[in-house]
Amino acid sequence: MNEFDQMYREVILDHYKNPRGHGELDDADAHAEGQNPLCGDEVSIFVVFDEDGDTIDEVKFSGRGCAISQAATSMLMEMVKGRSATEVATLPRDELLDEIGIPLSPVRLKCALLGLSTLKLALHKSKGTPLPEEWAGASGDLELK
Amino acid sequence: MAVKVETKLNASKLRADFPIFEQEVRGKPLAYLDSAVSSHKPRQVLDKLRTFYETSYANVHRGVYTLSELATAEYEGAREKVARFVNAPDPRELIFTHGATESINLVAYAWGLDNLGPGDVVVVTELEHHSNFVPWQYIAKRTGATFKAIPLDEHGELQLDSLEEIARAGIVKVVANNLVSNALGTINPVERLGEWAHEHGAIMVVDAAQAAPHHAIDVQQLGCDFLAFSSHKMCGPTSVGALWGRAELLEAMAPFNLGGHMIRSVKLEETTWGQLPYKFEAGTQPIAEAVGFGAAIDYVSDVGLNAIEQYERELLVYALERLADVPGFVGYGPAPDRRAGIVSFNIEGVHPHDVAQILDMDGVAIRAGHHCCQPLMAKLGVAATNRASFYLYTIPDEIDRLVEGLHKAHKLLA
Repeated sequence: MNEFDQMYREVILDHYKNPRGHGELDDADAHAEGQNPLCGDEVSIFVVFDEDGDTIDEVKFSGRGCAISQAATSMLMEMVKGRSATEVATLPRDELLDEIGIPLSPVRLKCALLGLSTLKLALHKSKGTPLPEEWAGASGDLELK
Repeated sequence: MAVKVETKLNASKLRADFPIFEQEVRGKPLAYLDSAVSSHKPRQVLDKLRTFYETSYANVHRGVYTLSELATAEYEGAREKVARFVNAPDPRELIFTHGATESINLVAYAWGLDNLGPGDVVVVTELEHHSNFVPWQYIAKRTGATFKAIPLDEHGELQLDSLEEIARAGIVKVVANNLVSNALGTINPVERLGEWAHEHGAIMVVDAAQAAPHHAIDVQQLGCDFLAFSSHKMCGPTSVGALWGRAELLEAMAPFNLGGHMIRSVKLEETTWGQLPYKFEAGTQPIAEAVGFGAAIDYVSDVGLNAIEQYERELLVYALERLADVPGFVGYGPAPDRRAGIVSFNIEGVHPHDVAQILDMDGVAIRAGHHCCQPLMAKLGVAATNRASFYLYTIPDEIDRLVEGLHKAHKLLA
């Protein structure tokens, strides 16, 4: 596979054009918004928990941005649905990056991790789960709320 | 005395002077369309740097030994070249700094802190690079002065009819503007703004970072009080630039960086400052880089600034023609005769990062982002744009490859 095909490989294009879990949830248990002001990628994450208050029953994202940020967040939605929020709060970024499966420059890395950062903030706000040490408080250039 | 006739620019021939173009990017020849962010360096500059370090390098000014004399002659020789380049009346008005950003900060702090207060107005424009926006905003806040920005119209030109209203906000003390916009390429009416500034007793500060490499500068004709530019955008090394300022203003100003070399005498009770330009050159300066800067000035002057400007305009017209056929192409900025060789654009439905990435796959380098002009981006209603920019080594083939890549990006992602 030449590099061109790699970066915008079919899986990524598919997630970009047909994002999984795209939309919003009214009465969400957890919600946060993230934005990269350097390029305008933005994402809103909504989570509804199961009766146990921990299992992620439904999770959706809305927003706009580059193919990498949107595709990565779409993949993330598939990855975390049905999992424990406590576990997802400490999901290693490599798990998501492996799923994306292509090498990313530092600039594009931020695009890829915007959704994950925002999801973790949503969980932190709702359940007090820890923010990862890497970026507690502020994720470099990202604006999260 | 021989009169230099500027011959028409031969970009392919000049390109051969730049070793970087021997590099391949992802197996393809480099198409570099980001000179607005920084320029590449010709052998002539690289050789000068090497030779200087190998034969004449020493710290300057104080040494009694031969090497120091040689180095000093090179360094001061470079200063004279840079001063002549902008037609400064006196080389001691030409301060070496670490670049345009530092030059502007120097004026904002060393002039601004002592000359601004409540009731005063600091005027910039919506078109400014952050380096000519943020320092003024900060100093205005620090001193209690009012901060205003001249707005843009839909063509990317300054709305000069807003000046009257701005003047009503208080006593205008400083007007800061970029001669050429790095984001849109707009050539701003700096002389006109300078006149208005002086009518109000204000100083005129010109950010010439984007202009100096592409457009002949004459500070006496521009009528400005300060002018800032950088070496790295005009074929010179990084880490060095210049501030030209009127002697009477510089002499009245407090120093900016303090320490070695900018002093006359240092005693426990009191220290006195050195003369211009040294008053503003504390510590060991980027000596070799300044010498490299001088070599870059020689190179660019040899090619001829008018020839460069003319050539870039031709490239611009060609680029805009070809870009008009790209589906979803949205261009920003004024007509070709009102701008330098810069094209800021978006492809509808494709994020700038993706455009730039796809182009990189084919060895084409452009910039995607806000270009350090967030206020401008807000005005345009976008978070980011793509930007292609030209210089004396740009060839039409690079523009063709840009267009091909944009077609590809649109097909793939829009």
